[in-house]
Amino acid sequence: MIEVENIHKSFGDNHVLKGISTQFEKGKTNLIIGQSGSGKTVFLKCLLGLFEPDEGNIYYNGECYSELSVKQRRNLRQEMGMVFQGSALFDSMTVEGNVMFPLDMFTNQSQSEKQDRVDFVLKRVNLVDAHKRYPAEISGGMQKRVAIARAIVMNPKYLFCDEPNSGLDPKTAMLIDNLIHEITQEYDITTVINTHDMNSVMEIGEKIIFLKNGFKEWQGSNKEIFKTDNKAVTDFVYSSELFKKVRQMYIEERN
Amino acid sequence: MKYLEAIGKYFIMVWEVFKKPTKWRIMKTLIFKEIDELIYGAMGIIIFISFFIGGVVTIQTALNLTNPLLPKSLIGFAARQSVILEFAPTFTSIIMAGKVGSYITSSIGTMRVTEQIDALEVMGINSLNYLVFPKIVSVMLYPFAVAISMFVGILGGWVAAVFGGFAPSGDFIQGLQMDFNAYHVTYALIKSVVFAFVIATVPSYHGYYMTGGALEVGKASTTSFVWTSVVIIILNYILTQLLLG
Repeated sequence: MIEVENIHKSFGDNHVLKGISTQFEKGKTNLIIGQSGSGKTVFLKCLLGLFEPDEGNIYYNGECYSELSVKQRRNLRQEMGMVFQGSALFDSMTVEGNVMFPLDMFTNQSQSEKQDRVDFVLKRVNLVDAHKRYPAEISGGMQKRVAIARAIVMNPKYLFCDEPNSGLDPKTAMLIDNLIHEITQEYDITTVINTHDMNSVMEIGEKIIFLKNGFKEWQGSNKEIFKTDNKAVTDFVYSSELFKKVRQMYIEERN
Repeated sequence: MKYLEAIGKYFIMVWEVFKKPTKWRIMKTLIFKEIDELIYGAMGIIIFISFFIGGVVTIQTALNLTNPLLPKSLIGFAARQSVILEFAPTFTSIIMAGKVGSYITSSIGTMRVTEQIDALEVMGINSLNYLVFPKIVSVMLYPFAVAISMFVGILGGWVAAVFGGFAPSGDFIQGLQMDFNAYHVTYALIKSVVFAFVIATVPSYHGYYMTGGALEVGKASTTSFVWTSVVIIILNYILTQLLLG
């Protein structure tokens, strides 16, 4: 579980995060949504430890990040997996090399043990015949799956995803969403996803946090988002005609 | 103020490079890969340029020695001194700043733009050590490249002198041996070690701390070449004053 307590973050005069407090639960898919510039990426980078908050604390299973020593922070980082928006695969390595990289860096496993683990996670993300290919030789959807495989190869306790299905076609995007959701439940991981995609919100948003201008405007589940009267949330979520109709149908059904 | 901040940031980066080392088993592979890219890969251009620079220096010296009282051996002497003291260590370093420096800035800059450096940091890896340390270690072989450049430069001078009809082979070789001071080679190799460090770290700094997209990677490569050259020229002056003055 991750607990966030009143975090603030500024860059010069730009006050990006203005006192956000929330909890991300274990075994659940937690989503951060909001318009561009609302502070989602900065918030995610604070959770990852890439940015140090100016004020407030973040607790990982009760341990306050700012009170951890450098070594403890390094160990905590090894419990985190991250799927970047552009996948961030290492160009110079094959798919297999990318997935094996954390094992090479942080374990003393034998080559056969590492190979077994790599084969297992690549199979888990439905990539069985791409081991020797380079990132540039595979599709965007496959790159995302490799990024997920790399993120889970060390059995992380926390999985962070920055817009994991941006740039993907709707079907592939749904496959990626479902894969992350299944992995979260299967391995009991605390997953935090930063997204713009309303399909993701509806499909896998067990807990949703809506940010606006650096504040936490609303939080709830994908069921509750249908019922909310918060104007900022409804304006954002139901900005497309399709979602307006979906909501209308939901309200009519409820009545 | 901006420049002072950048200089401070550069030294902090250099300090960070040597902290929290990557596993030796992995680092060893990275170092060999960088030796292949940065030293072995640059040998062709170093040999090519050194040969012709040596030739040009010889021709220009010969054309300026019009007085019949001056011995032809001076052509070999001047070629040796120019190549060992300046052309091999400094001129080659400027070429390396363009070839190797641009490669370093663009490769690290691309990793920054595509979030590969963030990926390393999130995993708990010291990205500066992982990316820059193997480059620093591999360019420490640069004095060997400079030594080869000296040999090839002088060979180019001999070819130009003998086959261009400027001096007989015997006179040229006599000039090469005239008043030879081995310390001049040591001076050149000391300079090349310092320049090598600059060639590895200044472009790394520009790549690592760049922001923006693909266009900015190109701009960072250009800026890095300019600053690496400026630093080399300034250090060349300081080292010459310290070691020969």
